[in-house]
Amino acid sequence: MTQVTVEKLWKVYGDQTVLENISFDVAPRSFVALVGPSGCGKSTFLRMMLGDEAPSRGRILVDGVPLEAEPSPDRGVVFQKYSVFPHLTALQNVMLGLEFAGSPFAARLFGRARREARNCALDMLKCVGLEQAVRKYPSELSGGMQQRLAIAQALVKKPKILLLDEPFGALDPGIRAEVHEILLSLWREEGMTVFMVTHDLSEAFKLATRVIAFDRRRTRPEELKAYGATVTFDIKVDGKAVPPAMSVPAPALAAQ
Amino acid sequence: MRRLINRKPDGVARLALMLLPFLLVLLAYMAASEARLAVNPNDKLLPGWASISAAVERMAFLPDSRTGNYLMLNDTLASLTRLGMGVVIATAIGGVFGILQGLIPYFRAIFNSFTNVLSMIPPLSVLPILFIMFGLGEPAKVLLIVVGITPFIIRDLALRTSEIPHEEIIKAQTLGASTWQIILRVVVPQMLPRLIDAVRLSLGAAWLFLIAAEAIASNAGLGYRIFLMRRYLAMDVILPYVAWITLLAFALDLALRLFQRAAFRWMYRGTGN
Repeated sequence: MTQVTVEKLWKVYGDQTVLENISFDVAPRSFVALVGPSGCGKSTFLRMMLGDEAPSRGRILVDGVPLEAEPSPDRGVVFQKYSVFPHLTALQNVMLGLEFAGSPFAARLFGRARREARNCALDMLKCVGLEQAVRKYPSELSGGMQQRLAIAQALVKKPKILLLDEPFGALDPGIRAEVHEILLSLWREEGMTVFMVTHDLSEAFKLATRVIAFDRRRTRPEELKAYGATVTFDIKVDGKAVPPAMSVPAPALAAQ
Repeated sequence: MRRLINRKPDGVARLALMLLPFLLVLLAYMAASEARLAVNPNDKLLPGWASISAAVERMAFLPDSRTGNYLMLNDTLASLTRLGMGVVIATAIGGVFGILQGLIPYFRAIFNSFTNVLSMIPPLSVLPILFIMFGLGEPAKVLLIVVGITPFIIRDLALRTSEIPHEEIIKAQTLGASTWQIILRVVVPQMLPRLIDAVRLSLGAAWLFLIAAEAIASNAGLGYRIFLMRRYLAMDVILPYVAWITLLAFALDLALRLFQRAAFRWMYRGTGN
């Protein structure tokens, strides 16, 4: 159960205000799409969720606790590019998160722990339909497969929040629909809260339970620096039930 | 008529074109040598094939009458040992400092300007200091190579490390990695092939410093021999030695390149090269 609260959040670079006074609450198990024109600060907001950047004012609370100021395993992420490690095979990419947790010094697992991590990673790869590609390097995978791999890699850590920064922007429409289905079913199974930045409105309304639009209210040239973007629309998408509590066990849990 | 930029030589033509400049140089040498020897049979400047092959036989395949050693083998081993030690030490220091400088802001804040200034010191100007401090033995020659190429390796690797996409470093942190784990599993494996590239690029400089150090104070080595033979105008020895050094340098470069391809397949998979 992950409740996210954004309180009076501002982001200012020098004398340029990017985001001003963003406040909203997100119910557990929501799928939030963040939309808005280029340069409106939606990616900046995501980087603050991630802990990669600090807010200038205000704060973000997760379950009532202010966010750590650096990335941590409770917030998984998939970027548009460079989300997977090019020097590791698909299987090694997914196992990596488990190896970090299980082996602080060597960052590698051996023996039984390694077999368990391997099985867990293989289950995760099966969930995203990459069971045929476990030994391939990312450069041998198509764009859609790379993004599915990035999702598997993030979800193997069981994050409370999954952050997606235009994850499907570079994919063909057919491939995109395919990855949408995989993402939706994983979200229903795992029950994490998802934040997705996208510039594609139809994608936002197709996937999300809530669509939040960022935009500037003041757009006269002399006002562009002093005033940032804020929430202009906050739309609940009807007919999308928030998934019921853990009706289906998560694949990795089931495997253990 | 197609444009020149769109016309490409096929297999056989490419091989022939590749060999052409080598052949031309060889022919030019032979013609010049013959012309000089015709005027003066004792000319030492451009020796003919007979005296060159006699010199090669004397240096490489017959034991030296004074010491009983095969001089060319001796020289080669002495030089390669110095070069190898220098390059290995420089690679180790360069790898560690380069990665830390590229990745860790505090480390960069301390060492970045310092290595930049160090890299501006002309290494040969340090050679007298090395000879004074370490004597005329092996350490000074190895150290000259280290001093000469380490700053380049550090700077190149720091640059490559900072070029790792920020997304990868963030992603590793969201997977729970500590700084040490990021270095071990994300940065080092991706930087090892880049380190090999940096070493390949610095090998030319390493040879330069090796030969310079050997020329000044040594009693064996390829550079020592060349500069010794200069006193006797023994071009019949110097020319094959230069060719041999070139061949060694080329082979070393090729070996590193092949090793890189074999050891880091992920760099070459699926990209079509």
